[in-house]
Amino acid sequence: MTDGHLDGNALAGPLSTVFTAEVTTAVAACAGCGRSGPLAAARVYGAPMGYVARCPGCDQVLLRYAEAPAGTTLDMRGIATLRLTTAD
Amino acid sequence: MAGTALRRRLGHRRLTARLVETRDETATARTLRFAVPGWPGHLAGQHADVRLTAEDGYTAQRSYSLSAPADGEFVELTVQLVPDGEVSPYLVRDIEVGDEVELLGPLGGWFVWRPEQPGPVLLIGGGSGIAPLRAMLRARSAASPPFRLLYSVRTPSDVYFAGELDSPDVTLLYTREAPDGVERTPHRIDAADLTAYGLPAAEEPTCYVCGPTSFVETVTGLLIDAGHDPARVRAERFGG
Repeated sequence: MTDGHLDGNALAGPLSTVFTAEVTTAVAACAGCGRSGPLAAARVYGAPMGYVARCPGCDQVLLRYAEAPAGTTLDMRGIATLRLTTAD
Repeated sequence: MAGTALRRRLGHRRLTARLVETRDETATARTLRFAVPGWPGHLAGQHADVRLTAEDGYTAQRSYSLSAPADGEFVELTVQLVPDGEVSPYLVRDIEVGDEVELLGPLGGWFVWRPEQPGPVLLIGGGSGIAPLRAMLRARSAASPPFRLLYSVRTPSDVYFAGELDSPDVTLLYTREAPDGVERTPHRIDAADLTAYGLPAAEEPTCYVCGPTSFVETVTGLLIDAGHDPARVRAERFGG
């Protein structure tokens, strides 16, 4: 019943190399189904060298992140909007 | 809040952590206490990424929950041995006091408990998923709202933080073998356990569920079936 996926919490470290803000609490709207939720609640698949985050609603790819010696690639085409809240 | 702004700015610095103490939790897990000069503090529930670099430059990185609340420039990580793993065998078996690793953190802002946050707290951990929940439990004060911890564990010898968990707020849910005197027949957590030992949905607790992916999927489903608002159910999956 499970495939051992992680969740968006696991992206906090990798994405901290790209964003200055803590981005896993940001609300992402899926470009596929329109569902909104914190990036921390996305389904995340992958190994330490790369991740794919999928929408928990429709399974569309929200984000791909890959680290390679030549550089880091971040593909966010599955996220229509990313809203960083000004909490606390 | 200045402290939070500071954490944000410093949150993605790599810091050098020096091991100062170890504590065996079980035969295959131990808690590592590190001194981390420049550590900016953290919230209960946050994690850190540990990076090891071999002599040939090869690096391996893994995420571990911070298992104790903020304590100046000290942090604790509790690590479960993953057979054939790249990082955990070193941290559980080989690293010695005085050795250094690279830490990236504190990380994550979702699976956290803030002392000023209103409402009761229901913590449900499976196996090594107890680690961030232990930090939350220890971060509370006499002024904090009610807490409950449900800790699902295979046998008595698999219990982390034994000796700290003897509290009316804490229930150990054994799945394979229970100690003498425990009435509940060993079984996996179910709806009756949530009713008996959790907090009712009507009290609107914030629920934190942490453990292997299958455990988290099961428990979040049980909570939602019991009427808990999905928006108040936060999860952290360890995979597996």
